[in-house]
Amino acid sequence: MKERELIDIIARKVMAALYGEQEPRKDAPLTDISSAAYKANIKLDQVENPLALDAMRTKTPARIGIGKAGPRLGTKTLLALRADHASAKDAVLKSVDENILKELELFSVQSLCGDIDEHLTRPDLGRRLSEETKLRLQEHCVYGPRVQIYVSDGLSSLAVDENISDLLPVMIDGLEAKGIKTGTPFFVKYGRVPTMDVISEILNAEVTCVLLGERPGLAAAGSMSAYIAYRAAVGMPESRRTVISNIHTKGIQPVEAGAYAVDVIIKILEAKASGVDFKL
Amino acid sequence: MRLKTMLGGKVYAFRSVKEVLAKANEKKSGDELAGLAAKNDSERIAAKEVLSELLVSDLRNHPVVDYDKDDVTRMDQDSVEPAVYHKIKNWSIGELREWLLDYNASEADIKYLSKGLTAEVIAGVTKLMSNLDLIYGASKIRIETTCNTTLGKRGTFSTRLQPNHTVDDVDGITASVYEGLSYGVGDALIGLNPVNDTVSSVREVLKRFDEIKNQLEIPTQQCVLAHITTQMEAVKEGAPTDLFFQSIAGSQKGNEAFGFTTETIEEAADLLERKGTAKGPNRMYFETGQGSELSSMAHHGADQVTMEARCYGYAKKFKPFIVNTVVGFIGPEYLYDSTQVIRAGLEDHFMGKLTGLPMGCDCCYTNHMAAGQNDIENLTMLLAAAGCNYIIGVPASDDVMLNYQTNAFHDAAAVREILGLRPIGEFEAWLEKRGVLERGKLTGRAGDLTIFTGR
Repeated sequence: MKERELIDIIARKVMAALYGEQEPRKDAPLTDISSAAYKANIKLDQVENPLALDAMRTKTPARIGIGKAGPRLGTKTLLALRADHASAKDAVLKSVDENILKELELFSVQSLCGDIDEHLTRPDLGRRLSEETKLRLQEHCVYGPRVQIYVSDGLSSLAVDENISDLLPVMIDGLEAKGIKTGTPFFVKYGRVPTMDVISEILNAEVTCVLLGERPGLAAAGSMSAYIAYRAAVGMPESRRTVISNIHTKGIQPVEAGAYAVDVIIKILEAKASGVDFKL
Repeated sequence: MRLKTMLGGKVYAFRSVKEVLAKANEKKSGDELAGLAAKNDSERIAAKEVLSELLVSDLRNHPVVDYDKDDVTRMDQDSVEPAVYHKIKNWSIGELREWLLDYNASEADIKYLSKGLTAEVIAGVTKLMSNLDLIYGASKIRIETTCNTTLGKRGTFSTRLQPNHTVDDVDGITASVYEGLSYGVGDALIGLNPVNDTVSSVREVLKRFDEIKNQLEIPTQQCVLAHITTQMEAVKEGAPTDLFFQSIAGSQKGNEAFGFTTETIEEAADLLERKGTAKGPNRMYFETGQGSELSSMAHHGADQVTMEARCYGYAKKFKPFIVNTVVGFIGPEYLYDSTQVIRAGLEDHFMGKLTGLPMGCDCCYTNHMAAGQNDIENLTMLLAAAGCNYIIGVPASDDVMLNYQTNAFHDAAAVREILGLRPIGEFEAWLEKRGVLERGKLTGRAGDLTIFTGR
């Protein structure tokens, strides 16, 4: 035995005698740090009233009863926050998955915004289309549909990726089953909600519905809304839009939301009105 | 009045005081969206030079919205004290900047001078200040106001506890209130942003806040930040509130877009004096934020810093208990990144203080901005050093209702400890009695929200 190894063994024995045996820590099993299970584990262990703590944590989605390090957040809390923020940022900055658009046979057009920075800072350009784009839509789409549905990234491309494969077919099939012809669906990159007004005018749609990604929060990066308007027109008041929001895997499921949107659209067609002019 | 200057052999000429004010701004995406910003940095500096030589009287005589058309302009102009104004009307804006920063300008001197300044003058001098100038200048000024307790004393740093909930569940809101209290948060206010802007919901939450406040004997203030008309209805029906809240803008048109008029505020103030639960005399709470006028097309072709200064000129008439800018809430089309949001936070705080307001800041950001929690923590430290009256606190920085991030409950305690600041005296004594705070530090018991469940 070498002298070095001998010293190591003696040192270990002495340390064990002084401070007790310390087993090396095993790697914890893999958990998703953005999951509810990971967050559920971030919990103060010593409290005056443990039952009350559990009860209160079920009453709010807020991150309470999480403890601290000195005056600061614990490491797991900090990492969970950063993970959720990262998902939200990525949802804004990423592009929609081209394969999903292909599978749904959606062709793409773009607003007047040239890139993501312009999209985020120039909502006035995001709600407009070039003359070329307008012509392209007129060439490729059914003119004068009763219902024109289209998809747009808005502020979350992730919302399109996660919801649209379920949401869009349910809506088209649901309307067709009621004998309502829908227009040619497509995708608008860098779109804003009022882009639907231009589209309604150039395609002469009776009802226009855009399925659009919402500004991501920490709770849901892929939340989608359906904005629906009867005879949408450029410059009309915002109050003429009917909105179905919170469509995502942790909110209203896309299939369920699609069926609901079909009902709403049918009622809007009957009432010939939308938004505040229309009572569900 | 000289509206042109030379820089690098090139002459820069401006058409109006309003254009000089806009182009002298630090770069902001909102001014670019409005088509008002300087084309490049050279033009920006040229505008700053022109602004530095304009006189106080030039800015007073050219308000960015006409006196006849706008009650914000009228209230601001009419509040100027002629004797003070007479002394300074021939100062240049550059001289005003140096006077404010001078060792000879005491807190009392600045407060006296403030009575002779209009919003445009305050915005103008702000545009000549660097970030450290804004911090240093503001740190000279303390504005104290009293509702149930007194906010803003030198050496204090306070917080509004914001226990927002996705569906206004009263027990869920209560849980977040306990969480915040257990970190020493809530001396300025316990105030909820409601989801439901209905009288019954507002009344129910206020009633719960009142119970908590009375049973735990917490020396603080409470309100629910519904629309002011909803709060008024709730109080008429007997709901207990200490403060009335309203978001305000820098033009009459902007305020109308928020759904109120000056008469509404006057009526509300009168109602609260009779039926409110606070001692007073300060009973109003206003929120502002650069860009809100442009978002309702009520900016009258003026830049967002000048419009923000006009909010403060409007607010001061109502002697509010607290005012804060919600600086990063509006999104990247107004404040693009961390540089812009930090600058705006420092500008707003300085302008509010120079106007004489008890200024706080919601140091916040949305997820589509080029900013994050690190940037907001930076801003918080800078503002605390500047003497900011209060910040916001939410559980772990994540506001589950407004879908944005602001300061965590954990932030104020760290900032106070680093800078030697304290909560409001009575509140600190209460925290010590509850075992949450000891000699300015959180105890081991802090963070246990269940210590309040027995009430």
